[in-house]
Amino acid sequence: MLNVEMDSGKTVLLMGNEAIARGAIEAGVDFCTAYPGTPSSEIIDTLAKVASRFSLYVEWSTNEKVALEAAGGASFAGLRSICAMKHQGVNVCSDFIFSTNLAGTHGGFVLVACDDPSAHSSTQEEDTRNFARFADIPLLEPSNVQEAKEMTKWAFDLSERLKVLCMIRSVTRVSHARGNVKLDEIKREKRSIDLSNSPYSSGFPSISARHSSLHEKLDRAEEEFNRSAFNEYFGPDDASIIIITSGTGWMYSREAVKILGLDEIGILKLGTTWPVPEKLVLTHLKHADEVLIVEETDSFLEQNVKVIAAENRLKINFYGKRSRDIGDIGEINVDIVINALKRLKGIDYTARNEEYVRITKKLGKALPPRMLSFCAGCPHRASLWAIKRAIRWDGRDAYVCGDIGCYSMGIGPTGFMQLKTLHCMGAGIGVANGLGNLRIFGFDRPIIAIAGDSTFYHACIPALINAKHNGASILFIILDNCTTAMTGFQPHPGVAKDAMDRLTPIIKLEDVCRGIGLQVEISDPFEIKKTTKTIYEMLQLEGTRVIILRRACGIAEAKRKRVYVDQTKCIGEECGCVRFCSRVFNCPGIMWDERAGKARIDEVVCNGCGACAQLCPRDAIVVDE
Amino acid sequence: MRLEKDPLNLIICGVGGQGNILASQIIASAGIKDGFYVIIGETYGASQRGGAVMSHLRLSDEMQQGPLIPEGLSDIILGFEPVETLRTIHSFGNPKTKVIINPRPIYPIEVLSGRIEYPQVEEVIDAIKKLVEVVKVVEATKIAKGMGETMVQNMVMVGCLAGSGWIPIRIDSFEEAIRDVFPGKELNSKAFKAGVERIMDIVDSDMDI
Repeated sequence: MLNVEMDSGKTVLLMGNEAIARGAIEAGVDFCTAYPGTPSSEIIDTLAKVASRFSLYVEWSTNEKVALEAAGGASFAGLRSICAMKHQGVNVCSDFIFSTNLAGTHGGFVLVACDDPSAHSSTQEEDTRNFARFADIPLLEPSNVQEAKEMTKWAFDLSERLKVLCMIRSVTRVSHARGNVKLDEIKREKRSIDLSNSPYSSGFPSISARHSSLHEKLDRAEEEFNRSAFNEYFGPDDASIIIITSGTGWMYSREAVKILGLDEIGILKLGTTWPVPEKLVLTHLKHADEVLIVEETDSFLEQNVKVIAAENRLKINFYGKRSRDIGDIGEINVDIVINALKRLKGIDYTARNEEYVRITKKLGKALPPRMLSFCAGCPHRASLWAIKRAIRWDGRDAYVCGDIGCYSMGIGPTGFMQLKTLHCMGAGIGVANGLGNLRIFGFDRPIIAIAGDSTFYHACIPALINAKHNGASILFIILDNCTTAMTGFQPHPGVAKDAMDRLTPIIKLEDVCRGIGLQVEISDPFEIKKTTKTIYEMLQLEGTRVIILRRACGIAEAKRKRVYVDQTKCIGEECGCVRFCSRVFNCPGIMWDERAGKARIDEVVCNGCGACAQLCPRDAIVVDE
Repeated sequence: MRLEKDPLNLIICGVGGQGNILASQIIASAGIKDGFYVIIGETYGASQRGGAVMSHLRLSDEMQQGPLIPEGLSDIILGFEPVETLRTIHSFGNPKTKVIINPRPIYPIEVLSGRIEYPQVEEVIDAIKKLVEVVKVVEATKIAKGMGETMVQNMVMVGCLAGSGWIPIRIDSFEEAIRDVFPGKELNSKAFKAGVERIMDIVDSDMDI
């Protein structure tokens, strides 16, 4: 039995995302949707694993807009529904947020947005809390794993009471933290489908009535938030210096105050941050002369608190992101709060003496960096190598538009720096629509766009139709590794299984492309010479055309065949290949054996794909079949 | 069992694919079995792709801690890879830190391609010895290879931690946690036991600055 399905009363180790899933289960969720994205994917991964036990409907949707709309449909019918996504997903589904907020809901409807401050596994960092304020929907911010569970559970009740979509904003350090979680009772309730409250519309034709009703709902939320147990004040009742914080900032603030021994400082921890619980905040602003605001990414809380202070003509010195005391970009941590408090109080603190810091800094600087690379056995390395060779043969300096997935790393050395653009899901083929239609302006470099299989279903199809319809000249290369690899191997419409492990018909990439009327060629990237030739030949054509490079992800389908260098055949530096396998092809599984002056396979790292064996000019690399 | 220092701050560092995250889960589950508050903060997502991976694991008798250890405040570092261990000490080490290190390098792509040199492992370990209280070097990859699977070096290292006496979690709790996570996979328990035994044989190398 998984920790997440254990009995009430037990304390177990859960990841933040599992805790969110458990909170939804305890609330009696019925309908669960998402498109995978780090750091959010494990919410639906977890719910999918227990779907049959708790009679849930769980799906991996093709993108976040469809996911939120599907969950909305289930909510309109009276079911409790949850939709999870990474921060960028909220951009994708925002159109629906801005009508469902006005339309209202029926069954509890919860959107979980997982932000990635510092963009550990994203192409940008953004603060999705702005969407809650933008769309007038209630916002909850868990500060740790246990609270992630409690808030998710409560969000369903709140949504159902107010009849509005509720948003939970998690971050990497909550979603991907693991900690003790005390489990509570699971309430399974058979809900009947009831669409009698229809129509659900954004308000047309009575927009003003809907909009004012939404504002009334927010007023009621604020009343509840003023009394909510998720908001708590710690410290002296009359503290003249207070910290106001939310999310992870609460844990960091508490520790910073403890390390510095500043018991005189009060901390107001807010878990419900939009609408701001004004009465509660005002109570504590009134005894403060100086306020430090600790939050992650944008100055969201800071701006909202300052409005309250201004409206009440309070004379307070504020410190936070606008004063740069808490960094206005990237992730925050205990040290950032410690440094802000040191400046504010004029005190000194260092964890280590200067000499120690000086020595470690010097040593640290000399260490080799560890750049991200494609895994050993990754088909993308071979695909990008073939693209690079074909572009060289072609000689017209083809320009490659990149997209979002593991292959995004093709912008760096591991993908031979082939990608020249990298934006959001589907933007590769989207941008190529512009570049591929510049002939009348005298631009004639060939344009290539690449995208992965999951990205194709998510956001490439309208752009591909647009390209065909408007006559853009683009070679579109789909890197099909038969899964959603970067987020943990979730299924997509191109594989035979769905989230609940049911067999489903495969919607083939080639069928979709041919249905649009496009020429499609298919090649195995591990047949590197054939693939290079196919790309070269397709580059010579005009119009929109497609190559599918199909080979399963090396991690999902590890072969673990033994691959080794026959050092009697490898002639080292005399070969003239200039260490092709280890230096140029750049697979982390191939190393240079300094002592022998020859190549060697690192058995700890090698995945056994054997792609390198085809490229060695001396046939010195052996694959044990 | 009470902690001498609360919270106890442990860092597991290495490279994506070495099983760092599973190792941190085993230690945390064992900690919960023994009644501690445990939190793990970890960065991955890109971790299977050759990047450095670090798990912060914090144990407390009193309350749930934040997921990130502040600068310079690590008590124990479990280093799966030499350069990553020194990199971790750079940010989180202090003269009281205790270290268990696997000396087997995983070469960064820039080193494999010959653009940058990897430092001599002996020099890395000597540098570490000067910066922390104790260093125990365990050839965990070799031990794992001897058992037929290099992947279980992570369980050898967890065994070393369990047998070091530096962390007040019972060996039984570790073993139970390993069985929970890898049901029916005896090799992991075997690798753990090999680690427990190996660490007992190693003499501490004292700090010499």
